[in-house]
Amino acid sequence: MSTPEATRQAPRVDVARNLAARERGGPGFVALLRTELLLALRRRADIANPLLFFVTVLALLPLGVGPEPALLARLAPGMIWVMALLATLLSQESLFRSDFEDGSLEQLTLAPQPLYFAVLAKVAVHWLVTGLPLAMLSPLLGLMLNLPPGGYICLLLSLLLGTASLSLIGAVGAALTVALRRPGLLLALIVMPLYVPVLIFGTGAVQAALDGYAYSVQLAILAALLAGAAALAPLAAAGAIRISTDS
Amino acid sequence: MAWQWFHRLGSPRWFYEKSSGWLPWLAGASLLLLAVGMAWGLGFAPQDAKQGNSYRIIYIHVPAAFLALAGYYLMAISGAIGLIWKMKLSFVVMRAAAPIGAALTFVALFTGAVWGKPTWGTYWVWDARITSMLILFLLYVGMIALSRAFSREQLADKACALLALVGTVNIPIIYKSVDWWFTLHQPATIKLTESSSIDPSMFYPLLTMIAGFYCFYAWALILQTRTLVLQREWRTQWASQLLGEGR
Repeated sequence: MSTPEATRQAPRVDVARNLAARERGGPGFVALLRTELLLALRRRADIANPLLFFVTVLALLPLGVGPEPALLARLAPGMIWVMALLATLLSQESLFRSDFEDGSLEQLTLAPQPLYFAVLAKVAVHWLVTGLPLAMLSPLLGLMLNLPPGGYICLLLSLLLGTASLSLIGAVGAALTVALRRPGLLLALIVMPLYVPVLIFGTGAVQAALDGYAYSVQLAILAALLAGAAALAPLAAAGAIRISTDS
Repeated sequence: MAWQWFHRLGSPRWFYEKSSGWLPWLAGASLLLLAVGMAWGLGFAPQDAKQGNSYRIIYIHVPAAFLALAGYYLMAISGAIGLIWKMKLSFVVMRAAAPIGAALTFVALFTGAVWGKPTWGTYWVWDARITSMLILFLLYVGMIALSRAFSREQLADKACALLALVGTVNIPIIYKSVDWWFTLHQPATIKLTESSSIDPSMFYPLLTMIAGFYCFYAWALILQTRTLVLQREWRTQWASQLLGEGR
């Protein structure tokens, strides 16, 4: 692993490269997306931690409630969803942190490109390295928790849509608390109530699938929530970044 | 000239001096209305045919629940005014509204639980309205926690205003989704006994109590705002003079 200094140096160089790319007429959003993805992929441990958390806590569940397959099958959709929510939340604390500390977040607020797209790029990368693997991993955990086979596809789809909304909503909280020294629990406190609709429709979809009903309605609502969050949450997060960096 | 009152309202000093004249009126009106409404509702309104005397808790429960929700909107609107017009006093009102709103939400939840025991046979059910109120309470608590986390008041003001606005956008979505969730899971054992219409002999004392709670809310809000104004402005000449007189 690289030293903290080295990882902190990296974004500054890349932002400079971005700015150069924009001067040549390169689209800023794509450049930022590429930079962020590269940075995320270089910090492998940060990608693995939410996934390990997800798996570990779900492995503890049977130890807590007992190994009866029927009970586990009953709890599986809700527990997988709640744990995916927590894993997303915990990984979100660091979303803007290193950029805030090395000052590149402030540079982004000064950039000619709207801050909205910068936030959107960061959140998209966060989802690619957290939400997407979580969703991909969920059928395996469903298998371990004895989830009936009818629920797999729905669980995967609902998590794909839902974790993206969670990433977007959580970005607002992360931006609001980035100036604080230890935001961990506070971030959870302010963001969790806003996660409620996503959780309700996510588990609702899986439950409907398990009961043999059509679940396209719930997925459509999850997609609608995602569309709304994609339109509004980066705006709010951009406002929060301006507040946090204004000192 | 027409906007003069608006700019004056933004001055903490003007507010402090003016509001001292409003306080006795608000105190008198709220005490009178609450006393009349309580005596009327608890002593003279007829018993409910199905619930007996236990229904009388609505005279506290309903007004508290009303103001808990209205208080959130008041908080968010004053936060928005503060963000848009950079009005100092507006932020102070927002900060003052948070603990009062949280307290009222708690009162609504608590009285609901006390009423639920004789009526439903249990203190707590995951009913749609109770759950929504609980989430509203969590939103308030998150707001207070965020405001306490910052060491710089200005930063806290802006961050809280943004969070309040995000919460405002989310409240209808949360409410609707919880409603949907409840109709999906509705347990058969609970039946709401209230008929859709309420008899005037019960309704007028309730109206009196609601009016009394509104006055009480305004009174508490102004008192709290005045305290916060003094806490923030104690270095200014007028405030230190005032505090010196009090000594």
